[in-house]
Amino acid sequence: MMLKKLALAGAVSLMGTGAYAACAFENTVEIKSLSAGFEAWKAVTDAMSECGNVQAELDQEFRTKQPAAFEANPSLYHIGGVSNGTVTPLLNAGTIRPLDDLVAKYGGHLQPNQLIKIDGKIMAVAMMVNTQHLMYREDILSDLGIATPTTWDEVYAAAAKIKEAGVAEVPLGATMKSGWNLAQEMVNMLPGHGGKFFNDDNTPAVNSDEGMAALATLKAALEFTDPEVLVSDSTYVQQQFQQGKIAMANLWASRAGAMNDEAESQVVGKVKMAAAPMAVAGGAPATTLWWDGIVIAKNITDEEADAAFRVAMEGLDEEMVKANNDAAIWLVKGYVPGPLAEGAIATATANPPAPAYPSTTRMGLMHTALGNELPAFLTGDRDAAATLVAIEEAYITAAKEAGVLE
Amino acid sequence: MKFKTFAAFVGPSVFMMILFIALPLISVFIQSFQITQPVMQNLEVETCTPGFLTQTCVTELKTVPVIGEDGKTVTTTEWTGLQSYRNVLQMDKVWEAVSAGRLGDILQIDFWKALRFTLMFTLVTLPLVIGVGLLIALTVNNAAKALRGPVIFVSLLPFIITPVIGSLSIYWLFVGDGILTAMMESWSGTNISMFAQAWTIELLMYFYRVWHVAPFAFVIFYAGLQTVNMDTLESAIIDGANRWERLRHVIIPHLMPLIVFIALIHLMDCYRVFDEIIGFRSQAHVISLQWLTVDFLTPDDAGNRAISRAAASAMLTMIGIVFLLIWPLRRTWKDHKGGAH
Repeated sequence: MMLKKLALAGAVSLMGTGAYAACAFENTVEIKSLSAGFEAWKAVTDAMSECGNVQAELDQEFRTKQPAAFEANPSLYHIGGVSNGTVTPLLNAGTIRPLDDLVAKYGGHLQPNQLIKIDGKIMAVAMMVNTQHLMYREDILSDLGIATPTTWDEVYAAAAKIKEAGVAEVPLGATMKSGWNLAQEMVNMLPGHGGKFFNDDNTPAVNSDEGMAALATLKAALEFTDPEVLVSDSTYVQQQFQQGKIAMANLWASRAGAMNDEAESQVVGKVKMAAAPMAVAGGAPATTLWWDGIVIAKNITDEEADAAFRVAMEGLDEEMVKANNDAAIWLVKGYVPGPLAEGAIATATANPPAPAYPSTTRMGLMHTALGNELPAFLTGDRDAAATLVAIEEAYITAAKEAGVLE
Repeated sequence: MKFKTFAAFVGPSVFMMILFIALPLISVFIQSFQITQPVMQNLEVETCTPGFLTQTCVTELKTVPVIGEDGKTVTTTEWTGLQSYRNVLQMDKVWEAVSAGRLGDILQIDFWKALRFTLMFTLVTLPLVIGVGLLIALTVNNAAKALRGPVIFVSLLPFIITPVIGSLSIYWLFVGDGILTAMMESWSGTNISMFAQAWTIELLMYFYRVWHVAPFAFVIFYAGLQTVNMDTLESAIIDGANRWERLRHVIIPHLMPLIVFIALIHLMDCYRVFDEIIGFRSQAHVISLQWLTVDFLTPDDAGNRAISRAAASAMLTMIGIVFLLIWPLRRTWKDHKGGAH
């Protein structure tokens, strides 16, 4: 109860600042939103709050709360902030509504690539893209005469030179914290080598030559990474970068802004972004594309949905982007890509382009299996072939339990 | 006491215990023999996602749950017998490893890996907690009166700290170039990484748990020391018993019921070790049974949870605790009966 009051007070005080100032209409319907808590969402929900009667909850645990909250009738939130990973349970449960009518009515300013269509129906409106791409210390690489690496072999060659020269404590940073992060590295690497995760009948296809190649590429990194790499997540790598310890890393675009944050970073202006390295020359960058955007709950009245969508559109307008240009790689009209966005844009527009993260029920199960089974391979407890077998077995057990496999 | 008065006092607590402990336990027990899964269908789905300037649309076969007329996913529940237990225990692999003579392979199966650590953690920290607790209690008891207050306060501090916060603090002190690691590095002159291999992580975990729980043992023992029979102690001194003999033959026998009590509580708590795994991010090297259950329950991005396996793993954890508690419980029971005579 106390918490609720506090949250309410917080929301009210947020609304208080410049309320109704920049919003095109005055919202009279009470609207609640639940989204992740990073910088871009703060910018968007602040802009939404300007319309009045908006309660925005920014919570990094949103992914566990959202499915249950949207399943309630009436739904506990009207607007949901999702990514292409976290929209899957909402789509599967059918708890978000198609937005075609609302887009036609209020979404005139949206760019066509913002509309996330599933079977022809608009189910979400994207606002930004995110991807893992190469971030490197321009000063170190140019001092050593190393050209910007474009493949993982080149990255390792560059790392070897940096290690030899001894100019960086950790030549290569990596987000290999066991669990989700480590699994994501394999999700980058396996398709990068031309492999696939599944056969058409949902049986796993990880145990392949491409799988072996992907594991070999992953393990090659360990020679250049921090010895404690199996506990390092994105924030840890970002901090090591900011402290000038790391020379290169394949890191999330959403972390790029932090490199030039003068309050935290000792390497302001020294970090450059490039496309994610390819696993094989001429292939797609070994990474996945992600988007973040909004959805509207199904279990609310049409009137509420109308108001919620209008409020959301106010959050995603040109004005907001202009005020927060560097907070994300926006898809919204009015965005001027800065130097920090170069790597992500190069990754997204590469030919062939990096694939979108294949978010499905079976991929969720596979991601967990990868996250649990890969650490033993990297610590050396298990060899590559046995690891691939173990991943497949773990996936099959989970898939049978989830009803994906017979 | 009249039965009515007794019932009025105990009733609410029994009701709460049934509601919050017994019923959930029964439900978990039942769920460990069942599998509830959504009815799946294969659909050709076209998904359009943004690149930076353009959109990519892919049409692929997706396995998605069927949504019923009431707007909820259709699920089926089946009795599967011991299947979930088999999935957790993976006995076939265990026998394979045993017959091939590669016992180390057993520890690559999550459950057995977790069981190994959980048991070792419990049994290694138990004597340490009792020993350190007793040591602090004896020290405080023999300290000058003026010092006792401050010493008690300082020794109790670790116990007050929230476990997750405590383990996180230790993690931050030692991870990367944390203060203490940096200090050890400057002493030894070598590069030390405490979180790069399993044994250093485990060592930190043992250290943390003993540091955290020893004050509890201390408080209990300190209270116990106040009730030691002074006459017995004095006659022991007259008989020429030295400090160690007094401890061995008078004080410890007197404290024995308390030692059993602390062992009981510690075994129960320790077998459910969880905070250290999260705080130290040790999943790559070390996992515990409780962590395994939580991991099964944590939904992935697509919303899947392995509830049946989680239930089976929870039941197995409970069985493990019961086994561990047999000895101290029998001991308490005997003391209890002995006291009645």
